Amino acid sequence: MVSITLNGQKMEVSADKTLLEIARENGIDIPTLCYNKKLKTFAGCRMCIVEITGRKTLASSCSTRPLEGMIVQTNSDKVLKSRKEILDLLISNHPEDLFSQVKVGNNKFQEYAKEYEVSKGSYDGEKNNYEIDDVNAVYIRDLSKCILCGQCVNSCDQIQISHTIDFLGKGFNTKVGTAFDLPISIDNCRLCGQCVSVCPTGALIHKQLANVEPSTIKKVRTTCPFCGTGCNFDLNVVDGKVVGVTPLEEATVNSTALCVKGRYHTDMLNSDRRLTTPLIKKDGVFVEATYDEAFDYISKKVSEIKEKYGPESLAGLSSARCVNEDNYIFQKLFRVGFGNNNIDHCART
Amino acid sequence: MTNSIGEIEDNDVLFIIGSNATEAHPIIGNKMKKAAQKGSKLIVIDPRKTELATLAKYHLSIKSGTDAALINGLMHIIIRENWQDEDYIEERCTGFESLKANVANYPPELVEEITGISQDMLYKAAKLYAKTKKAGIFYTLGITEHTTGTDNVMNLANLGMLTGHIGFENAGINPLRGQNNVQGACDMAALPNYFPGYKQCDNKENIEVFEKFWGVKLNGKIGLRIPEMLDGIIDGDVKGMYVMGEDPVLTDPDANHVRKAMSSLELLVVQNIFLTETAKLADVVLPATAYAEKDGTFTNTERRVQRVRKAVNGPNDVMEDWKIVASIAKKLGYKGFDYNSAEEIFEEIRKAIPSYAGITYNRIDKDGLQWGCPTLDSPGSKYLHSGEFTRGKGLMLPIEYLPPAELVDADFPVLMNTGRMLYHYNVSTRISDTLEAIAPVERVEIHPDDAKSYDLNKDSIVRVTSRRGTMTANVRITKRVQPGTIFSTFHFHESPVNELTNSAYDPVTKTAEYKVTAVKLAKEA
Repeated sequence: MVSITLNGQKMEVSADKTLLEIARENGIDIPTLCYNKKLKTFAGCRMCIVEITGRKTLASSCSTRPLEGMIVQTNSDKVLKSRKEILDLLISNHPEDLFSQVKVGNNKFQEYAKEYEVSKGSYDGEKNNYEIDDVNAVYIRDLSKCILCGQCVNSCDQIQISHTIDFLGKGFNTKVGTAFDLPISIDNCRLCGQCVSVCPTGALIHKQLANVEPSTIKKVRTTCPFCGTGCNFDLNVVDGKVVGVTPLEEATVNSTALCVKGRYHTDMLNSDRRLTTPLIKKDGVFVEATYDEAFDYISKKVSEIKEKYGPESLAGLSSARCVNEDNYIFQKLFRVGFGNNNIDHCART
Repeated sequence: MTNSIGEIEDNDVLFIIGSNATEAHPIIGNKMKKAAQKGSKLIVIDPRKTELATLAKYHLSIKSGTDAALINGLMHIIIRENWQDEDYIEERCTGFESLKANVANYPPELVEEITGISQDMLYKAAKLYAKTKKAGIFYTLGITEHTTGTDNVMNLANLGMLTGHIGFENAGINPLRGQNNVQGACDMAALPNYFPGYKQCDNKENIEVFEKFWGVKLNGKIGLRIPEMLDGIIDGDVKGMYVMGEDPVLTDPDANHVRKAMSSLELLVVQNIFLTETAKLADVVLPATAYAEKDGTFTNTERRVQRVRKAVNGPNDVMEDWKIVASIAKKLGYKGFDYNSAEEIFEEIRKAIPSYAGITYNRIDKDGLQWGCPTLDSPGSKYLHSGEFTRGKGLMLPIEYLPPAELVDADFPVLMNTGRMLYHYNVSTRISDTLEAIAPVERVEIHPDDAKSYDLNKDSIVRVTSRRGTMTANVRITKRVQPGTIFSTFHFHESPVNELTNSAYDPVTKTAEYKVTAVKLAKEA
């Protein structure tokens, strides 16, 4: 432990933590664009700079550890002015429409631009102007809006262990891309969308959420319905409809990681092929029915069959896709109601 | 899983057999890749060169269906070299002598001949697994979807016990469950031989307990498994079926047999979110709610019970599934179905299954809990069989190698394997326009040598025919598969692979041999 003074407040802190972690633990927010606690420190965006008494230059708090007696200011005039300058430089190489698209999930770049009142870049000059890549089914890449924070590259490498993308080129021409700078497709990418979820700008956008206004979203935490891993995520709901998925800040099993199916399946729920009413087959054709009519039909038939052939002439298949509660009540219907154990599901396949 | 997903990254050895985790369990696959990145060694046993196989220290590209011979061969070497854990076997296991006698019949020369894996590779893999403490076995349907599936699983348990690799953090036997709630559906006893919590339903004591619990007389006769139900229909013993959330016509082997059975019932009730192939044959179809439209819990592959929450109403406000079942029960006059919520059903589950007793909706509001969790202050169980096996002494059972039910021959010279791909999940995700756009057609994987001999290029259509059925599909020419073998997924009804697969099944579990089908190929276009 070492003692430091943070924004005028004396405190004992762990020497193994960074100034950023210490500040956030103490309720002091420091803006970051490239920082992600799930990733190795990148220290590229410089937004998290702080002033340390006695040092000539400002230090990035994400990569600086406390030393005994350190006096740290996170919000001094010098710090604020420099952050503004950093944003100005980034926005100067950004398309005009910084505020035109609001992004669901992560919109930090825009939020900081508003907070630090930098709506336009003051440096005239050449801007990167890349072609939009939207050939894949799930996300759009508009690299002109990329600020090279590296979160996509590092998440792809360290969270999804895919290493599909990396920094290409040098200097002003640096950009993020695939090997040979090919468009994103299933030939070079698993389309998990992790990069999109961490991107703080409009450079990467989920197609499903492209036109959704973030303030209208209600989030509901749930468990993924596909494989047995049991990832957790937030369903994004707008006007009673599920519009997409965003990761939780922390989920026990999957942390922030999701696969292509977990992240992009939700249009299934709104399919017009969903069944919406009970159907009873009459003369080989399905006819719409009420629940009561369906239940009457079933109970009459079940009673007849049970009467005529005995209780063991009924059998049921439950499902490994359904919740425990559905499975429990279903097996109970057979055991307690029908009087047999003829119940199975595709557990073994 | 006897271990937890979170332990994977810290394993020193991952022994991965019959599991293509990066596609079938992508987030677990990530953790395995991360482990490899951090320096743990992967032993991957798979006929295909999967992504994990490319990262493996040793990839054993086994001939499909020869797993038992391979495991026996590894144990033969381990015992011959005296690498077994004597103390562990002495203290915790029984049956070592008969296991030893059996594997003595599997010398490396013979195992090489059966499996196609060189003696040198067998030796290296056996040594690495046996001599590493933090070594876990991971398997999926590549082990179980064989006529010898049960034997294969028991043989992996033999290997784990022999080397003392079960019952510790980072060491155990870990089946990766294929579906979100297979674990839960089994725990709840959607099975013909158990009452909830794996209580044998033909056991007098268990019957008494559950008769008291539910307040009715119970039938103590073990029920029918899926293939027996289908045979029962054909034989006229089963007259009515209620199918909730499954589509056996599309997903069970030998689809024509299934369709014929389902069509001849006096009553078929299907409850599903879509009009599935099975639903089309039904007398009554009941619209169901999807997971986002109901409250409840799923239990994942590491036994973690987690919340599922109602985010929206179903289309046209369709009734929640438990309410449908309860309504039918009440209409028939059955007692004990007066629930007001999914949580009330869960409260009954807690009373029925001791390992769930400590789990409440409140406790798992954020993070789930892993059973066994017998009390409200239990933190749940991260790994199982610590100190002692649940059954007491770990039983080592000698397993003989039996070849697959169907072998390639002159008429059907190609071996077909089936499985999942990354972009789809069984037969439902094609409803998602997004996922459908990513992967719209079946691409049967075929080795370049075979592509050449059948005159196939990347744009060709191939006809695949087995003794039971035929299909056409696009091709993907790749060295991922061995020469003489092809791989097909089962996601595409246009390429209905389960009309080809063999319904020959494991005698104990009745799991079909989806992984080995003899087929012939022809260029269609």
